[in-house]
This record gives sequence, C-alpha cells and structure tokens, in this order.
Amino acid sequence: MTAAQANPEALTFECETGNYHTFCPISCVAWLYQKIEDSFFLVIGTKTCGYFLQNAMGVMIFAEPRYAMAELEEGDISAQLNDYEELKRLCLQIKRDRNPSVIVWIGTCTTEIIKMDLEGLAPKLEGEIGIPIVVARANGLDYAFTQGEDTVLAAMATRCPDKAPVVESEKNERNAIQKLLHFGKKKEEVAEEESEYVDHPPLVLFGSLPDPVVTQLTLELKKQGIKVSGWLPSKRFTELPVIEEGYYVVGVNPFLSRTATTLMRRRKCKLIGAPFPIGPDGTRAWIEKICSVFGITPKGLDEREAQIWESLEDYLKLIRGKSVFFMGDNLLEVSLARFLVRCGMIVQEVGIPYMDKRYQAAELALLEKTCLEMGVPLPKIVEKPDNYNQVQRIYELKTDLVITGMAHANPLEARGINTKWSVEFTFAQIHGFTNARDILELVTRPLRRNNSLKDLGWDKLVKEQAQV
Amino acid sequence: MKLAYWMYAGPAHIGTLRVASSFKNVHAIMHAPLGDDYFNVMRSMLERERNFTPVTASIVDRNVLARGSQEKVVDNITRKDQEERPDLIVLTPTCTSSILQEDLQNFVERAQLEAKSDVLLADVNHYRVNELQAADRTLHQIVQYYIEKARKKGELPQAKTEKPSVNIIGISTLGFHNQHDCTELKRLMADLGIEVNAVIPEGASVHELKNLPRAWFNLVPYRELGVLAAQYLEKEFGIPYVDITPMGVVETARCIRKIQQVINAQGADVDYEEFINEQTLYVSQAAWFSRSIDCQNLTGKKAVVFGDSTHAAAMTKILAREMGIHVVWAGTYCKYDADWFRSQVSEYCDEVLITEDHGMIGDAIARVEPSAIFGTQMERHVGKRLDIPCGVIAAPIHIQNFPIGYKPFMGYEGTNQIADLVYNSFTLGMEDHLLEIFGGHDTKEVITKGISADSDLSWNKEAQAELNKIPGFVRGKVKRNTEKFARDRNINVITVEVMYAAKESVGA
Repeated sequence: MTAAQANPEALTFECETGNYHTFCPISCVAWLYQKIEDSFFLVIGTKTCGYFLQNAMGVMIFAEPRYAMAELEEGDISAQLNDYEELKRLCLQIKRDRNPSVIVWIGTCTTEIIKMDLEGLAPKLEGEIGIPIVVARANGLDYAFTQGEDTVLAAMATRCPDKAPVVESEKNERNAIQKLLHFGKKKEEVAEEESEYVDHPPLVLFGSLPDPVVTQLTLELKKQGIKVSGWLPSKRFTELPVIEEGYYVVGVNPFLSRTATTLMRRRKCKLIGAPFPIGPDGTRAWIEKICSVFGITPKGLDEREAQIWESLEDYLKLIRGKSVFFMGDNLLEVSLARFLVRCGMIVQEVGIPYMDKRYQAAELALLEKTCLEMGVPLPKIVEKPDNYNQVQRIYELKTDLVITGMAHANPLEARGINTKWSVEFTFAQIHGFTNARDILELVTRPLRRNNSLKDLGWDKLVKEQAQV
Repeated sequence: MKLAYWMYAGPAHIGTLRVASSFKNVHAIMHAPLGDDYFNVMRSMLERERNFTPVTASIVDRNVLARGSQEKVVDNITRKDQEERPDLIVLTPTCTSSILQEDLQNFVERAQLEAKSDVLLADVNHYRVNELQAADRTLHQIVQYYIEKARKKGELPQAKTEKPSVNIIGISTLGFHNQHDCTELKRLMADLGIEVNAVIPEGASVHELKNLPRAWFNLVPYRELGVLAAQYLEKEFGIPYVDITPMGVVETARCIRKIQQVINAQGADVDYEEFINEQTLYVSQAAWFSRSIDCQNLTGKKAVVFGDSTHAAAMTKILAREMGIHVVWAGTYCKYDADWFRSQVSEYCDEVLITEDHGMIGDAIARVEPSAIFGTQMERHVGKRLDIPCGVIAAPIHIQNFPIGYKPFMGYEGTNQIADLVYNSFTLGMEDHLLEIFGGHDTKEVITKGISADSDLSWNKEAQAELNKIPGFVRGKVKRNTEKFARDRNINVITVEVMYAAKESVGA
C-alpha cells in the first residue's frame, strides 16, 4: 500500500477494523476533576476501570484526588443489591468527606451492559441528598479517550443556567476569567473596558483547557474586540456560564461533537464551525472565523502569525520534509496533521478513532487547503484504524516520525523508528499562538534525541527483524 | 458497591495476560471493550519491552452488545493465527465479557478447527479471583493442557534427567524483580550442581512443557504464582516441590536444605552444608552486616511491613530474625491466602494485618509511627506524607521498581540487596542522631538559594567555632536553621546562645 499519493484532489476517508489502542474515555476524570475544582467524579465500574485509572494517572492517584471508583461487586451485577441504595450510601459518604458542589457519575461498560439506569436514578438521588448529580456515559463500548470529556461536557451543557441573573454586572464580575482580567480595577474602569468590546451577541466557548490557556485565548479574542461571556466548563461547577437561546458557541477542541450538538439542539445555540486553535495557522483561522461571524475585520493577525512562525524556525528546520504518521488515538490528529503540513512535514496517514465530518468540517477544509498550498499529497484519513495493519504500513513507508500510544512506542523505537507518545499532546498546552512552540517541542523531541545519539550506531535493537 | 481509589491486586485478566505474554510465541486475545488493552502500555513502559506485547483485543462494542460477538472473536483468533503464527492463542475474558455470558468456549472450539495454533479459553471468573489467583490458574491450565496433549500423542518423556534437575515455576512478566531473581536462582542451582530443566512461564515455549516431568523436583519461589501447577505435577507425576522462598539468609539455607532432602530421597547423594556455610559467611554480606556496628544501631527500631504474601513474609522474617528490628505489624493484601501468611509471620511481629484497604494501612502506619516502612508504592507515598522512609518490596510498583541494574531479592546476592535496602531506608544512625540534636531536616522551607547558605547574617567567633564542630554533612542544615531562626526574630549577629535557642525552638 503506497498510500497517500493515490488521489491528490480530495481527502480520502477509510474505515478499518477498529483494532487499535487508545485510553478508555473514563480517563477524562483525570483532567476534569482538576479543571472543575468543586467537583467529585465517581466512576461506576469494575476493578478493570480502577486498575486503568490507577496506573494511567500514576502520581496523581496519591494526591487525594477528587475521584473514586464505585466498584461493582458480584451482588451488584446480579442485582442482589439495590443500585439506588448502594449509590446513595456512597454519595452520602462523598458528601460527608468532601462536600463537593457536583458529583459526576461516569457510566462504564458494565453499567451499560447491566443497564443500570443512571440517568433515571440521578435526579431522584439528587433531590434526596441535595447535591447536583451529572451523568456521563464515558464508556469504552462507544467512545475513545478524549471523547470522555465530550460526554461530560454534553451533560454539563444541560446544567448551564438559561437566564442571566438579575444583577448582571455583579454576576459577570464573579466570572473567573473576567475577574482575572479586571484584577485590581475599579468598577468604573471595568465599565469603561466594556466599551473596548465590539457589540456582538454573547459568545460562549466550550472545551476544558488549563487556566493559563483559557486566559491566553480570551485575551487573544479581546484584541479583536470579542468578549467571551463564559466558558464551558468553568473553574467551578457553580460558575457554569449562562446559555440563552441564540447565543453563539465555538469549540476549542476537535473531539467535542456531542457537546456541540447538545448546545445547538437542546440549548438552541448557534455553532461557529471553525478550525481549532492549535498551531498559529489554526489559531488565526479560528479567530478569523469568529470575527467573520460577528462582522468584525480582524486586526494585526498577519503580523502576529508571522512573528510566531519566525520564532519557530529553529524547530522547523528539524522537521521540514520529514514524514509523519498518526496512528490515531485522541482525535486531535486532524488539527495536528494540518499544523505539521504547514510546518513543512509530509503527513502519510491520519489515523483517528472517530471522524465527525460536520463538526470538523472547517478543520478538514483547512487541512486540504494547507496541503495544496504546501504542495504535498493529501493524507489518507483512517477512521477506526487497525494497529497491526498500520505497523505494516509504517515499515513499508519508512516513516520518519510515528505519533502513537505507549503500547507501540518502545517496540517501534527498538526497530529504529522515531516515535512521539500521543497522549502528551492531550496534557500539554497546545492551544493558541503562545503554545505553538510547545507542540513543536514535543514533535521534535524524538528527532533531537535521536540526532544526538545517531553516531553511536545502535539504532536497531531487536534481534530478529523478520516480519511475517 | 465499594468506594475505592486504589487497589493492590489487579483484575483477573491481568494475571492471565501476564502468564500468557511471559511464554514465548503465545498470543492472548482479550474479549474486551476499547481501552481495556492497557496491559500493553504497562508492559511496554514498565518492562521497557522491545517487542510488541502479544496481546490484542477482540473489541466489544455496541454491535456486539446488540447481536453478540458472532464471527468476530473467531475471526480475530484465526486472523492472529495467520499473522503471527503463535503456538497458542489464549482467549481472555474480562469483566465485560463475564457479564455478557457469551459462549466463549464455543468460539474457541470453532476457531480451533481453522487455526493452526492451539486455542484455549482462560478459565477465570473476573468477580471471584484477582490478578494473582488468575495468573496461578492460567499457568496451571496451560501446563495441564500441554501435558495432556503430549500424553494423548504418547510424547511424554518417561525418564528423569540423569543428573538432579529442577523446574523453576512462577517467573513472569511484570513480576517484582522477577528477571533478576530468575538469574540468581539459576546461578544458585548451578552452584548446587542442579540442572535447570525448565523455567516457566517467562521465556518458555509451550513445546517445552511436555518435558516438565523430567525434572527431579519443582521450585516455586513465589507463593502467588506456580503453586497450582506444582501441585498438579506432584499429583500426576509424583514430582515433589519446594515452596520455601529463598529470600534472606535463613530462608535461603532452609530452601537449600529442603532441596537436598528432596533430591537425596531420589538417589542423589549431596551435602550442601559446606556450601551454605561458605556462602553465608563470605559470599553474602548480610550475616556479617547483622553483626556489624551499623546494624547495632538498628536494634529495636520500629518498622512495619506490607505487600504480597511472599515478600511481606520474607521481609518480616529478615527484619526481625536477621537484623533485630522490631516489626510492629506485618500485613498482606492476599486475603485469600491469609492463613498461610499468619502462620509464616505470627512469631516475628506484634500484629498481623490482612486487608485490601489502603486507607486502613495508611492509618495503621500513622498510628505506629515506625522509623521505616517496607511496602508497596502506596506505602511509599504514605511514608512521604508522614515523612517516614519507605523501601519498596512488593507490587504494585512503578517504573523505578524495574531497575536495569542487577537487583535480585532472592538467593545470596539477594540478601546483599535487601541489606542495602533496609540500611538505606532507615535514616543513617549517626546522621539521624545529629539531626535530632540540631533541628531536623529543613527541606520544607528553603531560605537561601545556595547550599552553602552565604548570607548577610554574621556569626560571631564563638558561634562560628561551634558551628565548625558540627560534622560537615549536617552543618549546612544547622546553619540554615539557625539563620532562619535569627531572621524570624530580627537578630543580626548569631551567637552561641542564638544557635542553641534555635536548636531548642526546633525541638519545641
């Protein structure tokens, strides 16, 4: 299979067997419990789920995390125990020990199979114990890795207040981002600042990002006179943004299609379909699209983007003309591929767990455009990839860099193939102009490392190279 | 339902996968949803494995839920059969497949018709057994399968090996220091003039299993893995097994004496007493260590021990019997094997704790305030929080517990390693003493950037002289503590009085 070159006209989409490695979507609790400071995540599943969390979260597990397993036992499976009573007992214990503002129940494969009616039990129990209970079915039957966040945010979207409270100015001030931006300023100054914004309908951003990145992107939009009215999720559950009918929403991550759908269908919001703010090209396109929807002419983006690219030159030199292969496991693949094409790399394959062509439409279009402009073949997009087949293709293509999960990274390295562990892209700060360097820091790390080792002569470290 | 953050033993399928992927050319196929193949990450990361982990998943998704796996499992088995040509494919059920109650045995039988490799269904119930029990069962199952297969074909070798020989049973991937222990045990056997007939499962081919009965005896170094297989071989072929873990000087000697007895009963004429004596006195440093002044300082110090049965029992005996350390309590998370554990350690510790609840263990450590902990990674973190040093002696473990240097826990070299671990875990006696007098560790609040702590504060002559009397390795700390004390009270010149006032204030 000498892929990629087949059809330069349009992107090709394929679907394989779905035998690929990825993290279970319950892993989203790891970053969401940190993001939403007053939450508690209860994963209702088995030892298998617990074992995964314990090992995947590594050190975090010892930091008294605000998440726990409700470990199902044989009596729960065979319904000898009453689900409602059991959950009530555990949730009361959580309330007593941690007193969170929200308990998020993460449904797992097991709760799906035994058809535990979490959505039905939650409102009843919520009434009884007085803490909101949000139900997200982030299970491995339906979803991959980052899609877990999507299920949680989609559930949260329905909890956002639908009316701005009466004393609006005060409420605004309590908003974490606003507070940060207005830090140390008097009320009048704040009012004055409001005039720096263009008059546009309220805009709410969705997607969980580390707080510094939230600030960076918010400020980036502020430069264009665009005000971010709220962010789903916010730092605290009690500060979820107001979402009224007719508000505009825009996503910051490519894996949030359910959340987008929920915001459109259930909250009657208007979705701005834009490429995602990953890489300077993506960030610029993202801002431009938002501006265009609000009829704003973007200012100073040319220089801003050019400046960032210039600062990346030392990294770009290392990767220009090199080939990259995404095995696919976290749904950031299309955006990253698009950015790396712009950096001068040749993308051989974009593996991806799930491809929502509607939600990612603008991103796909930008990928296509970027490939044409850079004069490189359009990559093949492989949905539900088959890792075994992919490894055979990697051998054939002699790829310069494989972006893959940890299950394959060491074996590939031992065979002389550079790899970058894909999960790092999910945890690193990669959004906005400011963080473009961080993406390339990750992408070039294996190349830099192997450059410094290259004269040693031990690049293939397995005995039998024979491949069946 | 049980509220849990942390578990000591993993789910059953992990045990099956550990055994299957330890064998050479055996492939495991998990009947599991997406994301349950986390085992591959662990093996690839922790063991730094160069080869692809021979485990794939036959994915359970919505379609499977609605219509059953149908052809999927069979297809995946036959496909893997063609791609990798393994000797054996082990279909591994998970918690998910346990409740789907599909007839996996039927899939195995159907796949067997087409596949060139042998196909087995791992006989483990997710809700009844844990990782360790499942590993033990799976090893037994595979051994039994190949013994019976050979018997049917009339390929079972009849005779024993000419010289005394042993099967080492229970070495597996992701086991705590298993690789190093294995090397050490092989070396020990060579020293004893015993041939190693087979090591299973690590690195073994299933074709070798039919040769197991040729060994004179089986050695089962770990309590958790291999006992079932050894019992089976004893029942079928009358092969005796030695299940004394050769960990620590006394237990290693006991293990060797037992081996001597077992092979002499079969006509060998060996006397290992001289060997044991030589090794104990001159090869292992542990016996000498326990007589040395250093170890004297450990006398009566309090320690607690927690881990799997094998390591927790062995460590308890070493600490109490060989080093004179006071083991306040010893515990294990192997609840299913509690009686054995009690029988092993009762006389060497004040109290025995059997629990899978890490919270309870944490509380028990806080209550006792030992000088050192010997436990798993969880206890290490409890130790960090309570400021008590911890030596890790058992799984669950992190990547730092897969050292690339040679660090066995078993045999005579193992005794040296354990002596180092114990000694380094207790704060060194002398240092400990001096730190106590002069104000303890000050790692929490660094007040100056440099280690030497040059500062604007001046020390008068007497104080400087006094400071210089303090041994070099704690001088910096004493200096910083004193200066911090002085700054807090706006004292500009440090005198001897200030110095000792600082010491007192820390003591208070």
